[in-house]
Amino acid sequence: MQDFYNILPLILVASGIVISVVIEILSDNSEKILPWFSALVLLSASVYSIMLMNNTGTIFNGMLATGGNVYIFHFIFTIGAMLIILGSIDYIKKYGSYFGEYYILILNAVLGMMIMASARDLFMVFIGLELMSICFYVLAGINRKKLNANEASLKYVLLGAFASGFVVYGIALIYGTAQTTSIDKIIAGFVPLSHNILFITGLFLFLVGFSFKIAAFPFHQWVPDVYQGSATTISGLMSTGGKAAAFSVLIILLSAVAPSNANVFRPYFAVIATLSMIYGSIVAISQNNLKRMLAYSSIAHAGYMSIGLASGNYESIAGIIFYLAAYTFMNIGAFIVISMIEGENDSKLQLSDYVGLNAKNPKLAALMALFMFALSGLPPFAGFFGKYYVFISAIEANLTWLAIVGVISSVISVYFYLRVIVLMYFKEPETSVAVHNSNYGVLAAVISALFVIVFGLFPGTLLDLITSFLK
Amino acid sequence: MNIIPIEYYLVLSAFMFAVGITGVLIRKNAIVVFMCIELMLNSANLALVTFSSYLGNAAGQVFVFFVMTVAAAESAVGLAIIIAIFRNKLTVNIDEINIFKW
Repeated sequence: MQDFYNILPLILVASGIVISVVIEILSDNSEKILPWFSALVLLSASVYSIMLMNNTGTIFNGMLATGGNVYIFHFIFTIGAMLIILGSIDYIKKYGSYFGEYYILILNAVLGMMIMASARDLFMVFIGLELMSICFYVLAGINRKKLNANEASLKYVLLGAFASGFVVYGIALIYGTAQTTSIDKIIAGFVPLSHNILFITGLFLFLVGFSFKIAAFPFHQWVPDVYQGSATTISGLMSTGGKAAAFSVLIILLSAVAPSNANVFRPYFAVIATLSMIYGSIVAISQNNLKRMLAYSSIAHAGYMSIGLASGNYESIAGIIFYLAAYTFMNIGAFIVISMIEGENDSKLQLSDYVGLNAKNPKLAALMALFMFALSGLPPFAGFFGKYYVFISAIEANLTWLAIVGVISSVISVYFYLRVIVLMYFKEPETSVAVHNSNYGVLAAVISALFVIVFGLFPGTLLDLITSFLK
Repeated sequence: MNIIPIEYYLVLSAFMFAVGITGVLIRKNAIVVFMCIELMLNSANLALVTFSSYLGNAAGQVFVFFVMTVAAAESAVGLAIIIAIFRNKLTVNIDEINIFKW
């Protein structure tokens, strides 16, 4: 029974899904009940993931891990998805997909992310990955009458399934050479295995599959199209929760090499980090569509986080988790603000629609400015410390050049983030049509903003917590 | 009785995987691309069953059931999406599905 108590956040979300399906069947206005019900489920799961944080260990014959950093990830996923649901309440009416299953699919995707973060067995990694991805394929195209959404979900399903093929083949080769699928056993026998060419091939295929999911450079082609074509709130969830879940798996694998200094992944991650940072930052400059700009910025952020994977020490793992927590809240906030400004039929997403926003709606302009400052990595917001910890870990791992590339690309990226702020505050609007905001959306954005500010003002508290679980 | 060496199976599965990747990269019809992805998943299944049988470890065969289930779910969703796009655009050619450009 202790096992079931320790895994309560997962059980809460899973039973929430079952009850949601029943509500959807029995109730005529499920689309009014389900957002509140699913937000409540996610909130209670996040509360329990904080309460059970000290119950570290593995359960169900070493299939899932509980407590510690795993529950920090669970907290990020559940709170992030709750904010997305709050932001969706008014948005999906405007978007034209006012269905109850929207919320059920979000809950399912969150369950998949939680399984991925908990997984200590390659099978569980695969199950969680597919549960999350398949829900995202459907969510990307939730409005089946929109050609944009159709195209986004087709591209996502084809490239996502392609990446899953790599992951499964990688798992097959790892299983064949290591003779086990338990991640802990693979890590224990890692040093002799790392001379086996078949094992390294399997690991490489596995990493390629996950590089798709974190949206790193050579595997990024789907990212801009999918984020632009999907519903804005869903893009917010995909770019944060999906990325964090994939990173949580990579971090577990990385802890295999963290104590020793034999990081066999270093060249791979150093290359994809460099390319993602530079490519994401430079291409984002030429974008006029805000969602597309944030998609390229998400590629750049995957690059910054991959610096941590390349350096591969305990500081870098703590840095990545901190960065993911910070990135989740600032990016979800930014996407929720965009979703409130967005008009019908994917209109009002261009930079020109943000000209003089301060005069039209000062609340939204202030929130957007805060998230743009945080994303660009200016202190005292959380984004600054995320980058700072990752860069410091790279310097400690003798990868100073990688940290320098990171700083240069951050400087480039300041340009396109601050351009939005300049347009909102220092340009006169051509028309004076007021921009309306949804109260729930503002609430969600304000909560994200609070997290961004608190993590930025007291970064040590969260970092010490993460570090204490790593030792 | 001679048993077939493990290499034969592994080479076959690697070949199937390569055919799948090539198909995904060069074919233009979304449904054919989807079939190639299924080929990739099934090559992994073949490798899993082979290892499982030669190692005397049942875990691999159990995993194959999970992979098959997930592949079925994935193709159900994928084909539904392809139908949705066909209704709107009357084509499933990937080259013609190109609204988004930078």
